Amino acid sequence: MRIILERRADPSKAMQFASPILAIVLSVIAFFVIFVVSGIDPLKALEVYFIEPLTAMWSIEDLIAKATPIILVAIGLCFCFRAGVWNIGAEGQLVAGAIAGSFVPIFFPDASGPLVLPAMLVLGMLGGMVYAAIPAVLKTRFGTNEILTSLMLVYVAQLFLDWLARGPWRNPAGHNFPDSRTFTDGQLMPTLPGTEIFLSFPAAILIAIAAWFVMRYTRFGFQIRVLGQAPRAGLFAGFSHPRMVMASFLISGALAGLAGICEAAGPIGQLRTSVSPGYGFTAIIVAFLGRLNPVGAVFAGLLLGLSYMGGEGAQIALGVSSQTTRVFQGILLFFVLVCDTFIIYRPRLAHAPARAAHPAAR
Amino acid sequence: MLESILLTVITAATPLIFAAIGELVAERSGVLNLGVEGMMAMGAVAGFAAAHVTGNPMIGVLAAIVAGVVMAALFGIVTLVFVANQVASGLALTLFGLGLSGLIGDSFVGIPGVSVPSLNIPGLTDLPIVGRVIFGLDPLTYLAIALTIGVSWFLFRTRGGLVLRAVGDSHGSAHTLGYDVIRVRFLAVLFGGACAGVGGAYLSLVYTPQWTEAMTAGRGWIALALVVFGTWLPLRVFIGAIVFGGVSILQLHAQAFGIGIPSQFLSALPYLTTIVVLVIISRNRVLVSTNTPAALGQSFVPDR
Amino acid sequence: MKKVLSAAVAVIALAAGMSAAEAADKLKACWVYVGPHNDGGYSEGHDKGRLYAQEKLGDKIETTYVENVAEGPDAERAIERLARSGCKIIFTTSFGFMDPTIKVAAKFPDVKFEHATGFKTAPNVGTYNSRFYEGRYIQGQIAAKQSKAGVAGYIVSFPIPEVVMGIDAFMLGAQSVNPDFKVKIIWVNSWFDPAKEADAAKALFDQGVDIITQHTDSPAPLQIAQERGLHGFGQAHDMIQFAPKAQYTAIVDTWGPYYEKRINAVLDGTWKPEQSWDGLKDGIMQMAPYTNLPDDVVAMAKKTQADIESGALHPFKGPIVKQDGTEVIPAGQNLDDGTLLGLNWYVKGIDDKLPQ
Repeated sequence: MRIILERRADPSKAMQFASPILAIVLSVIAFFVIFVVSGIDPLKALEVYFIEPLTAMWSIEDLIAKATPIILVAIGLCFCFRAGVWNIGAEGQLVAGAIAGSFVPIFFPDASGPLVLPAMLVLGMLGGMVYAAIPAVLKTRFGTNEILTSLMLVYVAQLFLDWLARGPWRNPAGHNFPDSRTFTDGQLMPTLPGTEIFLSFPAAILIAIAAWFVMRYTRFGFQIRVLGQAPRAGLFAGFSHPRMVMASFLISGALAGLAGICEAAGPIGQLRTSVSPGYGFTAIIVAFLGRLNPVGAVFAGLLLGLSYMGGEGAQIALGVSSQTTRVFQGILLFFVLVCDTFIIYRPRLAHAPARAAHPAAR
Repeated sequence: MLESILLTVITAATPLIFAAIGELVAERSGVLNLGVEGMMAMGAVAGFAAAHVTGNPMIGVLAAIVAGVVMAALFGIVTLVFVANQVASGLALTLFGLGLSGLIGDSFVGIPGVSVPSLNIPGLTDLPIVGRVIFGLDPLTYLAIALTIGVSWFLFRTRGGLVLRAVGDSHGSAHTLGYDVIRVRFLAVLFGGACAGVGGAYLSLVYTPQWTEAMTAGRGWIALALVVFGTWLPLRVFIGAIVFGGVSILQLHAQAFGIGIPSQFLSALPYLTTIVVLVIISRNRVLVSTNTPAALGQSFVPDR
Repeated sequence: MKKVLSAAVAVIALAAGMSAAEAADKLKACWVYVGPHNDGGYSEGHDKGRLYAQEKLGDKIETTYVENVAEGPDAERAIERLARSGCKIIFTTSFGFMDPTIKVAAKFPDVKFEHATGFKTAPNVGTYNSRFYEGRYIQGQIAAKQSKAGVAGYIVSFPIPEVVMGIDAFMLGAQSVNPDFKVKIIWVNSWFDPAKEADAAKALFDQGVDIITQHTDSPAPLQIAQERGLHGFGQAHDMIQFAPKAQYTAIVDTWGPYYEKRINAVLDGTWKPEQSWDGLKDGIMQMAPYTNLPDDVVAMAKKTQADIESGALHPFKGPIVKQDGTEVIPAGQNLDDGTLLGLNWYVKGIDDKLPQ
């Protein structure tokens, strides 16, 4: 017996809506089983994981703070992955953005005024773009595999930041602790009045909507989608593959860089030896979870944020290992990918004899 | 001193050789599995646990193979049966493997492991310089060498290897010729999982006989780079692993000599070397185009 | 079997947690770890301290922890969450948790905070640390006595004052025995990477070192020492089971009694923010049994330990001369705690260049 996939005439509209819900339901069932096996009350665990974080304002604010950088990076990755460009190194571009944007407050600690923060944000985006341009150029000029180069560059960026924060950029008044000086008022990201939600979150939503528009309604977005889905057709239509590689890398680099400086100028408030606990990698999951749709990435980012919040809560309330969150995220991604298959294909169970009856299939 | 540096380099290269050769076979069949790190982590914990419980490191290695194969089967079902995107599925596998190995290994932290003794042939092992490098290695390193030669032979000298490469180069044609593309790929992926499992077990049984979370520390990713580095040729992958191991060991020696370069730059050296070599290799278009599996990363659904 | 047991324990703990919530008169004490609670190194040391306090104070308290917390915004969220969940005293155990602790403490004036290895305090934030350098001085002496090569290897993580202090203390101890003693230093840029630590140990041994010590957390370097028939020192734990023939001694973190003391202070209402920096004499760290050593060296180590405990000997006693030859303090003085906590220079006799 084996499962056979048949291509549907048209992508199933019903499955397009049902797929993410089905994936979440299946993941929750898998999670349920894991908790039962490890001897933890599964209902209580699910409540702590997925309901409790939404029952208090502070918790929702935390969730948003955690999700914002992931969403920003994921929006950019949607362009890359749609174009069939495998930028796995967004984490490095995020670090590069944090470093570039921090130039201003570190070299001009007294700088203030309305232009300081925008300058930092622009520099951060440029930093991310320049760093993303490296694997892009290597890919377009020499055909070097971008998965590997972009990933290797993550380690390089992290080590460089480590050196900066411990060495030349260390706070002279910080007892030789490896942090930069703390940023001052005009250099910090403001929050929405009355909350602890940084302005970067509404900005991320606007960017997501703009990105969705570009992807859906512009010629550029069309080129990206065509080249990703049917590279040959794209080339016949006269679209330039190198240009698309470069463009998608630059977009995702800019957004990753923006996420980096928003973290440094936001929740962190200084440059540290590490500015991200792997947001650039989590964003890859989020991009796929949101089906490579920028608006979908917003929802997926919030869902992942929820699993992080719930994971912390479960540690405190139930003594669940922090690794459980990772297992959940892995399972969720598996189910999302599998369920999405059913949008385009119809599964059918075939028994071995049945296969023999259709020799043409072989 | 030269002898023991060589030994250190070989030890550093061995887990990479296992994982990279396994991934090479999977990629030659057209499947890109980015979950090597997760499979290695599961191999490391399964190998350690089984060896600890039974007291026999060889049972540990077997358990690591099983763990790697189970993980690979999961990946195979998702990407080959349900034709999910291979890049994303591989990342999911890494995440899942790292997390699950942490959960399973919870009760095995802080226990000294059962280590694998090295070969010792009186007379030969004591030879100067080459003695221990040739006759004094641990059994798994010999296995890694045998694996490299065996896979090379299989791919280029057997009919099975020819089929595997045909599937990886053009699944459409292979299918038309009557080969079961999914089956060949599934087997190749399982083989990759088994090898990654042994690579992980090498870490927890030979390299540093202990288990801790995330002890693979990114070696699965290096293995992936080595496959490209070696242009999908087993012997080149082997050499690449030795070079990578050499660079990471020599930077430590450079520090101990006190050369005064910030250690972060030295730590970045192996990664920068990898990038430079990747670029040099990819500039040689003939070499790359003759050896790159043309259908790498593409899903295959047989038409009915 | 172990898994079943731990599952059973988890269920019991869960039940206990629930009844505690009902009783609500237990004091809740909480911890934040930078690594897994069972990393076999630094974080596990703190977790053992937590379990010790739990055992000593029994049903007067309830404890919980959050593990694998990245330094930065994640730490702030985790600490704040603990404060909201009813913790009355929170121990933040990594130096990178300093600013997050201060920020959260300002929002929760009724909760007591204790931050390990930092320097910032507030009305409800105290700091605590251990004078690990005392143990490193003793190790330096042992190394200088035992090394035939006259050179030791030192595997280190990151150039922060805590680590530099350890290197200097080790060297001062060694020089007190052999003024020409040398040390080779390798930075591995990680607190925990067993394979890399093992490689560093091998590189050091290959360069002629016969004793190693480390400021990284895994027992891998000692395992290499054992394999090569050479020696070394354990870190954070007694690692003798990993290297029964190679370990001379180890600095063992014993935070338990301190935790018990401070939680008790909260219980009886006498808690005040302090900058606590205890050492060998207070039992916040201990030397693992001196093994694999000749009697005279054991006697010397024990004498040094006794002198440090009694205050007769300060590892950083003058004269102390920097690498470049400038004298920091003359004979007869001891280096003050403020300078020690921000230490960023090597003492004379270390050839390596400190990363700046």
